[in-house]
Amino acid sequence: MAHRIRSKEGGVGISRTEASVRVLLLSLGCFLVLMPVAWTVLTSLKTAQQTLEVPPVWFFDPQWSNYAEVLTLVPFQNYALNTAIIVTSVVVGTLLSCSFSAYGFARLRAPGRNAIFGVLMATMMLPATVTLVPTYIAFNKIGWINTFLPLIVPAFFGSAFFIFMFRQFYLSLPRELEEAARIDGAGYFRIWWSIFLPLSMPVIATVTVFTFVGTYNDFFGPLIYLTDESKWTISVALSSFGGSPRIGPQLHMLTAATMIAAAPSIIVFLLAQRYYVNGISVSGINK
Amino acid sequence: MTTTTTAQSRQRRARRQRLSGLRRREALWCYIFMTPAVLGVLVFAIGPMIASLWLSFTDYDMLSSPEFIGLKNYTKLVSDKLFWHSLRITMLYAVVVVPGSMLAGLVVAILLNAKLPVMGFFRSAYYLPSVIGGVAVARVWGMLYNTDHGLFNLILGLFGIDGPGWLTDENWVIWSLIFMGVWGFGGTMLIYLAGLQGIPKELYEAAEVDGAGKLRQHLSITVPMLSGVTFFNLVMGIIGALQVFAEPFVLANGNPSNAFLLLPVYLYRVAFDYLEMGYASAIAWVVFAITLVLTALVFRSLPLWVHTEAGDD
Repeated sequence: MAHRIRSKEGGVGISRTEASVRVLLLSLGCFLVLMPVAWTVLTSLKTAQQTLEVPPVWFFDPQWSNYAEVLTLVPFQNYALNTAIIVTSVVVGTLLSCSFSAYGFARLRAPGRNAIFGVLMATMMLPATVTLVPTYIAFNKIGWINTFLPLIVPAFFGSAFFIFMFRQFYLSLPRELEEAARIDGAGYFRIWWSIFLPLSMPVIATVTVFTFVGTYNDFFGPLIYLTDESKWTISVALSSFGGSPRIGPQLHMLTAATMIAAAPSIIVFLLAQRYYVNGISVSGINK
Repeated sequence: MTTTTTAQSRQRRARRQRLSGLRRREALWCYIFMTPAVLGVLVFAIGPMIASLWLSFTDYDMLSSPEFIGLKNYTKLVSDKLFWHSLRITMLYAVVVVPGSMLAGLVVAILLNAKLPVMGFFRSAYYLPSVIGGVAVARVWGMLYNTDHGLFNLILGLFGIDGPGWLTDENWVIWSLIFMGVWGFGGTMLIYLAGLQGIPKELYEAAEVDGAGKLRQHLSITVPMLSGVTFFNLVMGIIGALQVFAEPFVLANGNPSNAFLLLPVYLYRVAFDYLEMGYASAIAWVVFAITLVLTALVFRSLPLWVHTEAGDD
C-alpha cells in the first residue's frame, strides 16, 4: 500500500511486490503467445538446410536474402497492387458511407429512424454464411466475378458497427455546431461534409485501421470472387504459395512469405494501436 | 398552467407551423443520410437472407434455373453423415474455443489492469496474434505442427514424448485447430480490459478492509461486475466460432481428410466445388438457426448470471 506506482496508463495502482508478480506472469504468458511468430521469423532467416536440423540451430548467419528470393518466386508486386486497390477503396467507401449515414442517425429526426437503426444493428449478428450464396449468385449474374467490384462496392453501403461508432461520436457533439452553421445558411450536407466529418478524426482513424486490417486479412471474399491468378490478393497468394517450382515449398521460403504477408497488418496495428484499442473498447461498451 | 393572451398563442401557432416545415425538411434529409445504410441492409443483408431461405428449398447448380424441391435439401441434411460430422467438430470447436479464449482473456486482462508503463507493451503483444490474418496464422501453425520437425514435437521430444501427427492424425486435427483458435484471445482480452477499467476501485478497497484475498476479490467483485462484458464476449464468440474458415481451409490444402471440415469449409465445398447452391443454402440456414438458438439461450439465461447494479438505468 505504501509505494503506489504512478503512471499515465489506466488501471489500478498496486504495490511493488504485486507489480513484480504481475510482470513476471505476463512475461511468461507473453513468451508463449509470441513464440509461434518468433519461431516463424527465426525460421525465415535460416538456410534450407538449417530449417531441418534437429536439435534446431539457435545461432546462425541470418539469411535476409530469403526475403528477396521469395519476392522473385511469385509476382508479389502484382498481388500487392491488387490488395492495395481493394483495401484503399474499401477504406474510402466505408468511411464515407458510415459517417454519412451516422450523421442522419445521430443528428436528424425522422419517423422510423430508431426502428431502422435497430434493424441495422441487428444485422451485426447475421452470420456472413447466410447471405453468401445469393450474393455470389447475384454478382455472378451481373458479371462481376473475377473483378474487384464484389469486394469493393458493398463497402459504399455502410457497415453496422462502424455506423454505430460514428453515431456515438456525433451524439456527443454540441447542438450549437449545427445551429451556428445553419444561421450561416449551410445545408445539412455541408454541415456533415465540412463540420462533422473533419471533427470525427479519432473515429476516422479507428475505422481506418479496423477496415484496413479486416480487408487486408480477408480470405474468403477474394478466394471466391477472384478466379484469375493475376487478380489475386496477398492472402490468397499466400494460401497457395508453392515455393520454388522445382523444389516446392521449403520452410525458409514459406516462413519468409508468411512474414511478408503478415507484416502490413502487424505494422498498421503497431503504429495505430491507440485507435485500435479504442475501437475494441467501444465494441465492448456496445453490449 | 398560467393564462396566455391570444396574441401569444397566435405567435406560438405560427412558430409551430414554421417548425413543422423545418421538421419535414429535416426528416427528408434524415432519410437521405440514412439511404446508404438502408440500401446496404436491404441489398446485402435482408435481401440475400430471404433469397437464401428460398434457395434452400430448391435444387440449383447455377447452370439451369433453380427447381423447387420442397424440404428435400433439409431431409438430405438429416441423413448426411458428413454434415453431422462437420456439425459435431464445429460444436466441439466452439465449446472449447469460446470459453477458453474468454478465460485466457479475463486472466490476462486482470493482470494487465495496473498502472505500469510496461502494460502498454504487454497489451499489444497479447493482441498481436489477432491482427495476423487467418491464412498467415494457418501458415505459422502449420509449420509448428509439422510431425517431424515442427517446434511442438521437438519440444515434446525433449521430454521423451513421441508427439502426435497434429495435422495428419484425424483425431488430433480438431484439437490443433482449437489451440490456434484460443491463440486469438486478444479481442476478448481487450474488451475485458475496457470493462475492468469501469469497475470502481472502492469495491476492492472495501473488500481488502474486510480481509478478502486477491482470488476472493476477483471471484466476488470482478467476475460479477464484468458479467455484461462476458455476455458480449460470449455472443460474439459463438458467432465467430461458427464462421472460422481460413485456418482449416488452408491447413487442409491438398489433404482429402474430413478432419478439417468445420461447417464453413463444408459449406464452401458444397457451394463452390459441387455447385449445389440449394443444398449449400440449406446448410447456411441450419448454421444460422444454430447461431440464433445459442444466442437466444444465452439471452434467456441472462437474468440468472448478469449482474445489474441497483439504481442502474
